[in-house]
Amino acid sequence: MIQRLLKGSIDWVDARLPVVDAFKTHMSEYYAPKNFNFWYYFGVLSMIVLVNQLVTGIWLTMFYSPTDAFASVEYIMRDVQFGWLIRYMHAVGASAFFAVVYLHMFRGLMYGSYKPPRELVWICGMLIYLALMAEGFLGYVLPWGNMSYWGAQVIISLAEAIPFQVIPFVDGDKAAAMGEALTTWVRGDYLLSDATVNKFFALHVVAIPLVLVALVVLHILALHEVGSNNPDGVEIKENLDENGIPKDGIPFHPYYTVKDLVGVVIFLMVFALVVFFFPDMGGYFLEKPNFEPANPLVTPDHIAPVWYYGPYYAMLRATTFSFIFNAKTWGMIIMGGGIAVLFVLPWLDRHPVKSIRYKGLFSKITLWLFAIFFLALGYLGTQPADNSFLGLSFTTWAQIGTFYYFIYFLVFLPFGHRFEKSKPVPTRVTGGKA
Amino acid sequence: MRQFALILLGAITALLASVSVADTETAGVLEDPLVKANVNIYDKVSKQRGAKLFVNYCMGCHSLQYQRYGRLGEDLGIPEDIVLENLNFVSDRIGDTMQNAMDKKDAAEWFGATPPDLTMVARLRSPDWLYSYLIGFYEDASRPYGYNNKIFPLVGMPHVLADLEEELGDEKFREAMLDLTNFLVYTAEPIQETRRKIGFGVLFFLLILLIPAYLLKREYWKDVK
Amino acid sequence: MSNDGINKGRRTFLVGLTSAVGAVGVVGAAVPFVKSWQPSARAENAGAPVQIDISKLEAGQRVVREWRGQPIWVVRRNKDMLEGLNKLAEKGVLSDPESAVSSQQPEYAQNEYRSIKPEILVLIGTCTHLGCSPTLQTEATVQLEHGGFFCPCHGSMFDFAGRVYRSVPAPTNLVVPPHSYLNDHVIIVGSEEGETA
Repeated sequence: MIQRLLKGSIDWVDARLPVVDAFKTHMSEYYAPKNFNFWYYFGVLSMIVLVNQLVTGIWLTMFYSPTDAFASVEYIMRDVQFGWLIRYMHAVGASAFFAVVYLHMFRGLMYGSYKPPRELVWICGMLIYLALMAEGFLGYVLPWGNMSYWGAQVIISLAEAIPFQVIPFVDGDKAAAMGEALTTWVRGDYLLSDATVNKFFALHVVAIPLVLVALVVLHILALHEVGSNNPDGVEIKENLDENGIPKDGIPFHPYYTVKDLVGVVIFLMVFALVVFFFPDMGGYFLEKPNFEPANPLVTPDHIAPVWYYGPYYAMLRATTFSFIFNAKTWGMIIMGGGIAVLFVLPWLDRHPVKSIRYKGLFSKITLWLFAIFFLALGYLGTQPADNSFLGLSFTTWAQIGTFYYFIYFLVFLPFGHRFEKSKPVPTRVTGGKA
Repeated sequence: MRQFALILLGAITALLASVSVADTETAGVLEDPLVKANVNIYDKVSKQRGAKLFVNYCMGCHSLQYQRYGRLGEDLGIPEDIVLENLNFVSDRIGDTMQNAMDKKDAAEWFGATPPDLTMVARLRSPDWLYSYLIGFYEDASRPYGYNNKIFPLVGMPHVLADLEEELGDEKFREAMLDLTNFLVYTAEPIQETRRKIGFGVLFFLLILLIPAYLLKREYWKDVK
Repeated sequence: MSNDGINKGRRTFLVGLTSAVGAVGVVGAAVPFVKSWQPSARAENAGAPVQIDISKLEAGQRVVREWRGQPIWVVRRNKDMLEGLNKLAEKGVLSDPESAVSSQQPEYAQNEYRSIKPEILVLIGTCTHLGCSPTLQTEATVQLEHGGFFCPCHGSMFDFAGRVYRSVPAPTNLVVPPHSYLNDHVIIVGSEEGETA
């Protein structure tokens, strides 16, 4: 009786809205390669973190006040019941978001997940990454501590580095005036003030989240259109059985839903460990100067971005040459270029083999060097510049790292296959169980 | 699975290592090596003594504007009437925050800078910094109030604890300053004790959840050959 | 893929078990979000009990104070006002003369004067109809022959114990807030720590 009623109502809805169809397309009849490994957890983990950010974010909006920002954050931390937990979940969630997204992106780099026919999956993903960087920056300003203030000051001042002088009939003076006008417009005031915080608040809680969610939908739609890649880089759609189902594919539901659940629980344990025992991560997730209110008269001793901007901030800071433009402008161009180059990755990588498993030694070494340099840049970005390692200053190391970063994408990826002998790529995926 | 576990373990170790590195680094920035503040955040009596010291010696100039008296009493195990009688000299409401009556402009004139609010000073600096600062005053005739500080050179604050230091002697004074540090570590994050307690519960629950989730995965993946 | 030797019972059991434990987790995770909607420590402080000094309140007069955003009336009733109460009760013009609706006053005010001390009336001054604040009528009018409170919005009437008349829009007597006496001169509204008898 109950079953009949249930089936009846599902049929009724399905005749009007294709829920069953959608479930089949994206879950029970979406065939994913059966050889996903550890690296394939980070997609679903990003979704989990996104949900966490949305829910905790909505709740924080209920108590936060952009006109009384610093005090309202302490209000949340002390006066609102469990406000501290919601805020820690949101703050740690921001770092967790970048952690899983970076690992997710590195997975793509290892197994060539951006290569045809998945270029648009990658580009949607890159747009998500870009939106996430904007979202992270805006959110970082909202607590309006002293680090928020000076971080925003530094980033907004970048607008002054835009080389408007490339526009015809604009000389240096005019370009400078245009840069200044732009920063004033962004701030909505002659200094960073409540006007700025209010503006950033609206963007952080409404505008960017809408964009993010839309992009995530596109990312998944694009993925499900072309199908998932896998650690072997084998196209499973090229080996179909008599029913047209990939021989190496298994339905996402229930196989990957139950598998991902295990990954999600383990992730939540790590997440809870940080939230409950190391919520500020020794200053990496919540920075010390942010425990005092914004003070336009006193800069903190050491201005550093949050760790997830580290690599690009290191590139910005490492740029010290001037040629036509000054170093500040070049820094911005190189930092922007570092991100822009990722967008064209699908066309830069001309290796005939997708997965690192079957590429040659050269590709393997350069990839792992890339990972090491990227992490090193990340570390350098968060450290004071006047330091040295192995006799070279941190600035020099950052320059080496930046150089390698671009060489990797502009030389090694396009031409690397000429320096090595690849292994034969199998026609079917290898290994079943992870 | 083994690879997964190994990478996870590695990640956690790296995270924890980076935390301890970050702590020593902030310490390294300062000229004088900091004295380690071995505070026991579970020692309520120490925090109570610290609260008393704060109210008697610091609160004339420094507020704890985000800390409520009532919360203090609850967390430190001090009954409401004793809080109102012995700690709250400013208002008569238990739910009020620990403001002080000093005029900010006057203060800036007297000491060169407005005495900062200290609610979160232990998180802004570090417990070690705070403790080292408190025991770091030394006589220096060139300073307007006759004292300088090892950790915070040319600080505007006079050595208001000089009498106490003389009265207690070095060892007892250090103990008292440890209590005061402990109290400020508490006000910086009143929830920290509860936070850890809940944390253990949550981790335990997730561990329980992991068992059926793993068995479920293993059961279904028997199909995959 | 193969479907041989599937233990269906075991699968159903594990799905059920995981879902059940997971559901406990979801409920647990919801707790902080639900609790955060409760009044915060700031709201609790703002809504803390209010002390009202009545030493200078003369017979027949009223003071108004705010507690949790509501007007609190304290009236020191004179002899005429108190006598009027009995007369009205006998006449049968009141809807609930015995204060039978227990939600409208604490137990210690469920008596003929709806108060702890006969002469001192403490009320929340908002009409039980739609929340307007009735006006004080110390003089007798045509309808309020012994004086009382008259609501300007929809004409509800109450006597000097806050008891509602029959045939007016307001359904119940005015609310007596929780209160007590710290001493003879000080009432504390919102707290029953002092004397309530």
